[in-house]
Amino acid sequence: MHSIPGRRIIMSAFLIFLLVPIYWLVNMSFKTNGEIVSTMTLWPHQPTIANYMRIFTDESWYSGYINSLKYVVLNTLISISVALPAAYAFSRYRFLGDKHLFFWLLSNRMAPAAVYALPFFNLYSAINLFDTPWAVALAHCIFNVPLAVWILEGFVSGVPREIDETAFLDGYSFPRFFIKILVPLIASGIGVAAFFCFMFSWVELLLARTLTSVAAKPISAVMTRTVSAAGMDWGLLAAAGVLTIIPGALVIWFVRNYIARGFALGRV
Amino acid sequence: MARIDLVDLAHSYSGNDAPPESFALKPVTMTWRQGGAYALLGPSGCGKTTLLNLISGIVTPSRGKILFDGTDITPLSTQKRNIAQVFQFPVIYDTMTVGQNLAFPLKNRGVPKAEIEKRVAEIARLLDLTPDLNRKATRLTADAKQKISLGRGLVRSDVAAVLFDEPLTVIDPELKWQLRSKLKALHRDLDLTMIYVTHDQTEALTFADTVVVMHDGRVVQSGTPAELFEKPAHTFVGYFIGSPGMNIVPAEVRGREARIGGHVIALNRSYEKLPSGARIEVGVRPEFVDVERPAPGLLSANIERIDDLGRIRFAHVRVGDAKLAARVPPGFSTNSNSAALRFDPAHVHVYADSRLVEGAA
Amino acid sequence: MDKTVNQKAWFLVLPVFAVVAFSAILPLMTVVNYSMQDTFGNNQFFWNGVGWFKELLDPSTDLGGRFLASLGRNLFFSAVILAIEVPLGIVVALSMPRQGLSVAVCLVILALPLLIPWNVVGTIWQIFGRPDIGLLGYVLNSLGFNYNYVSNDLDAWATVIVMDVWHWTSLVALLCYAGLKSIPDAYYQAAQIDGASRWAVFKAIQLPKMNRVLLIAVLLRFMDSFMIYTEPFVVTGGGPGNSTTFVSIELVKIALGQFDLGKAAALSLVYNLIILITCWVFYTIMTNAGADRPRKEGGA
Repeated sequence: MHSIPGRRIIMSAFLIFLLVPIYWLVNMSFKTNGEIVSTMTLWPHQPTIANYMRIFTDESWYSGYINSLKYVVLNTLISISVALPAAYAFSRYRFLGDKHLFFWLLSNRMAPAAVYALPFFNLYSAINLFDTPWAVALAHCIFNVPLAVWILEGFVSGVPREIDETAFLDGYSFPRFFIKILVPLIASGIGVAAFFCFMFSWVELLLARTLTSVAAKPISAVMTRTVSAAGMDWGLLAAAGVLTIIPGALVIWFVRNYIARGFALGRV
Repeated sequence: MARIDLVDLAHSYSGNDAPPESFALKPVTMTWRQGGAYALLGPSGCGKTTLLNLISGIVTPSRGKILFDGTDITPLSTQKRNIAQVFQFPVIYDTMTVGQNLAFPLKNRGVPKAEIEKRVAEIARLLDLTPDLNRKATRLTADAKQKISLGRGLVRSDVAAVLFDEPLTVIDPELKWQLRSKLKALHRDLDLTMIYVTHDQTEALTFADTVVVMHDGRVVQSGTPAELFEKPAHTFVGYFIGSPGMNIVPAEVRGREARIGGHVIALNRSYEKLPSGARIEVGVRPEFVDVERPAPGLLSANIERIDDLGRIRFAHVRVGDAKLAARVPPGFSTNSNSAALRFDPAHVHVYADSRLVEGAA
Repeated sequence: MDKTVNQKAWFLVLPVFAVVAFSAILPLMTVVNYSMQDTFGNNQFFWNGVGWFKELLDPSTDLGGRFLASLGRNLFFSAVILAIEVPLGIVVALSMPRQGLSVAVCLVILALPLLIPWNVVGTIWQIFGRPDIGLLGYVLNSLGFNYNYVSNDLDAWATVIVMDVWHWTSLVALLCYAGLKSIPDAYYQAAQIDGASRWAVFKAIQLPKMNRVLLIAVLLRFMDSFMIYTEPFVVTGGGPGNSTTFVSIELVKIALGQFDLGKAAALSLVYNLIILITCWVFYTIMTNAGADRPRKEGGA
């Protein structure tokens, strides 16, 4: 009754559709460039881990990952911390301009990165944050903070007001109530919001590349220099790509229960 | 309308091989009369919703058969069983008007349009929903929505039985009474078999002619409210029904006497062959135990508190380690905590391992 | 929930306001500034008023021609992917297993494309579609189709569309799945009792309950597809020629490629305005749709 006839076939077909291109990338990452260019094989006939070794040992490569991780983590922390009090305010109070503020925030989530590329370039250069993880972290806040506020507001609204009132009656100060009572209650909400912040910041490319040049170069920028004198280094490129997928895969695997629970709460 | 027979029906949510004691519904064989108004009463987890879902077909039993008018309908799906079920919260189709909601079951069965309109109008009139027929169903209040849920069940003229799963849970208290009376009136008018699941004894006792009490997956007693009150077949029934519930105290019983705390109480019937090794208790409702001044020949007790309920007063007393409730006769007053209890032998029952023992006359 | 009126709530909101305003308003002000000026380099600016805007909307000029053409491509692109991703997402959501380990496995695989950096998504399909080293390109060509996304417009479009479907359908599917999960079992049981057919169950119960999440999904997909940059850029670079040059690609070309600040700024503003208006339209629809139901709903 819940699902449709043929659901197993449909789901399997779709999952295969999703996995094949990824498999192809993984396949390629374990091949030598020679094998890639000369033959078309469904699995590596001369498997090699040289591509991965190159990335793990070459500082210019693995620093790309570290730089990316830096701004992603920074951004998630900033976004969640500023979004929490705001989510509480939107959920519990009505105040002057609240609806307009909420809409303005939401519209920023929809801001096209392309529009901000140049202005950000100028802005962050002017305040000397260019080519640091801070620039990217703050830039990503434009769309991550509204998203975090939106998600967290839903979860805070799921906590009955009576809990706040009881805490205040019991003598809790507002910061103490917030940290000791409210935050644990919306833990899965914070997990969901952090997941989405991580996700959107990790995958974004345009701003990350525009606001960095050498020192804070993210992996996406590093991946563009895989052309050498011998031609395109496909194996290396594929390995680098696979390594960017792994953090994402790990994160989903670990939060899969939160996501399932968040879905069950119907809070989306 | 149908007579419903349950034949050795049992169910376990963990599969047929689960140990018998873990079954959500232990084997039960009983008959539900055509046109009867039944209440399935019991605390949460006693198996009443399982039993209801077995009858409606939402759950397939691990064991046993269900017959409607003698026909085995156990393998039939819910759709084919011609029952109606009203759930704990109103289930309505949001996108449809009240009228469309009511017409839905008939439309699905291919009933001609003129007939649909007739039935919908009739049911709407019965449920006082006529002014709302063209309004969107989502805009109504919770009790109106429950009436729509009920109406969808009644609109089919061949419905065998109407099953209710705690339908008044989300209704405001003032409206509960109205809806309950409406259900009773409907039962009289339409002569349908109705089975009403609840954990609230007031609802059960006011709605049903026959109350089926369940405990821990077993049907413990089935009878009229009066029978359940006067002669509980199980200590659980005694304790669950009536407020306050029946007093259950351990005792030694021999012949026509019961010994509680050294004191002898006369019994109306004779109990010779009690199962050895069983836990023997006597049960007597507080309404049949009177509080009196201490006197020799009466069981002494200490009054802990007296509840004045207006029409009647109950004293909560302590006898040794046991706590009992007893009726305070009008006009009785005392300054001290000491009192005595007088038992009415006609209403003292003997239980072995929680089950009523029929004594000899 | 009843909210109390409390202007002091602004203090709670201030950090968010500050962070976003810093990132949004400040740059926007420079953009507005630039949009009305012209420069011959050397940091000398001349006032141009609404000159750039006029050019933008005039198809006969170079700027206007490029803008309007890319806008058309974007609208066509969004329409096509919405038409594919929304029904497909619903179907996938309806095909999810009910319980057990398979649910977790499906969720993880579905979420995987969403967590791949967008340039890697582009790279995957760039490789996958090549006739020499990519499985798709190789298979298609050996089956007789002359598939080459570098030189053929249609192939480039097809590749970009399939890539987006591959990338984002999961989002629609996951959102719809969330909506479906929130439907209590009793609704399905009641529908069974009412003798409803499978299609009637979809129409009367599942689709209405998915309304809210579908609207969110359509909003997100329309917006994101309208702003798309990285993935098509990595695969086709906007080509062949400019057949897959979308508005954002055009904008970045003008802004960071040609450093034509005035034109870029004007383009940015108009681009932003279109998005803002669309967002507002969706937002109004969403809040109105939510206001339809009475606040007290009895239910689990």
